[in-house]
Amino acid sequence: MSARDDILARVREAVSDAPEVAEPPRDYRRAPELAGEDLLAQFVERVEDYRATVTRCTEAEVPRELERLLDGVLRVVVPDGFPWSVPGGEPDNAKSAAELNDVDAVVTTSSVGIAETGTVVLSHGPGQGRRALSLVPDLHVCVIHADQVVAGVNEAVGMLDPLQPQTWISGPSATSDIELSRVEGVHGPRTLHVLLVE
Amino acid sequence: MSATFVGMPAFPEAARRALENTQQRHNLAHATGTIRDKRAAVVAEVDDWEALRLAGAAIKDQTLRHLDDHLVALEAALQERGATVHWARDAEEACRIVADVARAHDVDEVVKVKSMATQEIGLNEALEAEGISAWETDLAELIVQLGDDLPSHILVPAIHRNRSEIREIFRSAMGEVGRPAPDPLSDDPADLAGAARLHLREKFLRARMAVSGANFAVAETGTLVVVESEGNGRMCLTLPEVLVSVVGIEKVVPTWQDLEVFLQLLPRSSTGERMNPYTSTWTGAVPGDGPQEVHVVLLDNGRTRALADEMGRQALRCIRCSACLNVCPVYERTGGHAYGSVYPGPIGAILNPLLKGTGVDEQTDSLPYASSLCGACFEACPVRIDIPSVLVELRGQVVDAHRGGVPKPEAVAMRGAGWVLSSSARTARSERAAAFAGRLLNRLPGGRRQGDRRVLGSIPMPGAGSAWSQARDVPVPATESFRDWWSRTDGGEDES
Repeated sequence: MSARDDILARVREAVSDAPEVAEPPRDYRRAPELAGEDLLAQFVERVEDYRATVTRCTEAEVPRELERLLDGVLRVVVPDGFPWSVPGGEPDNAKSAAELNDVDAVVTTSSVGIAETGTVVLSHGPGQGRRALSLVPDLHVCVIHADQVVAGVNEAVGMLDPLQPQTWISGPSATSDIELSRVEGVHGPRTLHVLLVE
Repeated sequence: MSATFVGMPAFPEAARRALENTQQRHNLAHATGTIRDKRAAVVAEVDDWEALRLAGAAIKDQTLRHLDDHLVALEAALQERGATVHWARDAEEACRIVADVARAHDVDEVVKVKSMATQEIGLNEALEAEGISAWETDLAELIVQLGDDLPSHILVPAIHRNRSEIREIFRSAMGEVGRPAPDPLSDDPADLAGAARLHLREKFLRARMAVSGANFAVAETGTLVVVESEGNGRMCLTLPEVLVSVVGIEKVVPTWQDLEVFLQLLPRSSTGERMNPYTSTWTGAVPGDGPQEVHVVLLDNGRTRALADEMGRQALRCIRCSACLNVCPVYERTGGHAYGSVYPGPIGAILNPLLKGTGVDEQTDSLPYASSLCGACFEACPVRIDIPSVLVELRGQVVDAHRGGVPKPEAVAMRGAGWVLSSSARTARSERAAAFAGRLLNRLPGGRRQGDRRVLGSIPMPGAGSAWSQARDVPVPATESFRDWWSRTDGGEDES
């Protein structure tokens, strides 16, 4: 018998006389509690709680804010489909991991922001780049539109396509492995700037 | 170069040794105290926490009841998205599958995302035997690996180490396996994390194959989920050409939507954060993004044994958050090594016997007793595993497994007591015999008193009984039995 058939047979045997289980209760919070400015304010507060920075600006101010946030950065990679021009920005061009390691910063858009948890979600479509782009460079500038911010995890899961790879980002890379005290900055970008566009 | 849990003594002996390590006790008290406070604060923020717990438990229960269907669906979805699916009955089979993939690509090293399943099957040791180095990339796992140590916590495997111990490990061991630690190196956690960043960066950039586990596997879509903090997981899941994920069969959730429950329960319960820094999801091989060859190993290794246990199957709900460890008064004092397994603490005390079976080895049989049954673990568990009830059930199974051989002294004593107490005449005779002995003993010179009773001190007992009897004083039996007193005084009316 193959391992597959063997395991499936063991599973069936193990639960053969187990009672049926009722449908899971879904009476946890289903409707968003915050909206409008309250929602955005919570998003900003929670992202900053992870020691990321948040800048609120208008659509027209984005190029200027990008320039400011990337001031002093030597090399920045810009994914295909990123809607703003970044002076000196390099296209991805299928850079190897070693090549990306020599790049200082990356700019991306994002798919969803979660206010309750201070999270931005990348689903790596146009403007967001493949996963390695927002991972290897040490500085990540992430642009999100105000209408992409949702209240909680439930809403975010409902909006995302599981067939696309995703990276949920809550603050910069961090560890609590030494005496359980939080240290920002291990392997992913050590600095995260979020640009919230209204 | 890796230590193993093989040959660990039973819990009571291991615990006694651990309790003598005052540095470790100090480290553990500090760390578990910190994480308890953080968890309590972020759980209190969530008004519907109990509703989420109930949903999480019910989703897992329903999944386990129809696990065969979900596994078949998961396999089909993964294959449709270009992944190769393997099935492994046990640790040996799983390790062989991973080693075969490595050999097919002619690699002599792999980078690893922290994974309980690969620790459980001893993958690093198995690969090492094949001449393949497995580099742990989680900071705590790195500390354990470099220190030739054993993990002592599910979430924070190096919880038993403090910053100065970690600095010494980095200074002495990093250079032997790659980029040495910067010199000078302080014991500031930020500096230590920086040293790990530099040391591992060259391994990430070089590695052609990675091994991971998965926190969740979505049956309907074939999506795997890895929840982490440092970005080492993202490095492993994204940069190499080949990715092998070893996934316990209980990690399945039926639908993508189910993740909304677990992505709320897990981070708050484990690191005490609203959300962990990084969560990666991927479905098979993604063209142009990340590993183009993706393998998934579905692992049994005792899980179907646990699933067959009517009371114990709820342990398979476990999402490895480690909240039960952090609230456990026994774990806080003994640390994780005493449990002799990669799964320590309350969940380990039930999971190990359920996966391995009772009556097989003394060490595993000792684990259901490594608890005061205080119930703090049940209260903290995000999927409501009733650990105390399972512990009691397993204690029964351990006792049953040992029936038939040479009876233990307490079994002999209990059987004797049962024979005496089942007959009022025998009970009365034995009471009179005891009273006679009491009168005799009271006439002996010397001795101590406790209240108004003389005590005999401890009575030497053979074998295991001595541990019990040495710590207890035996009072001299009453000089008159209650029955005799009752009839002599007419029920206390005629006391004289």
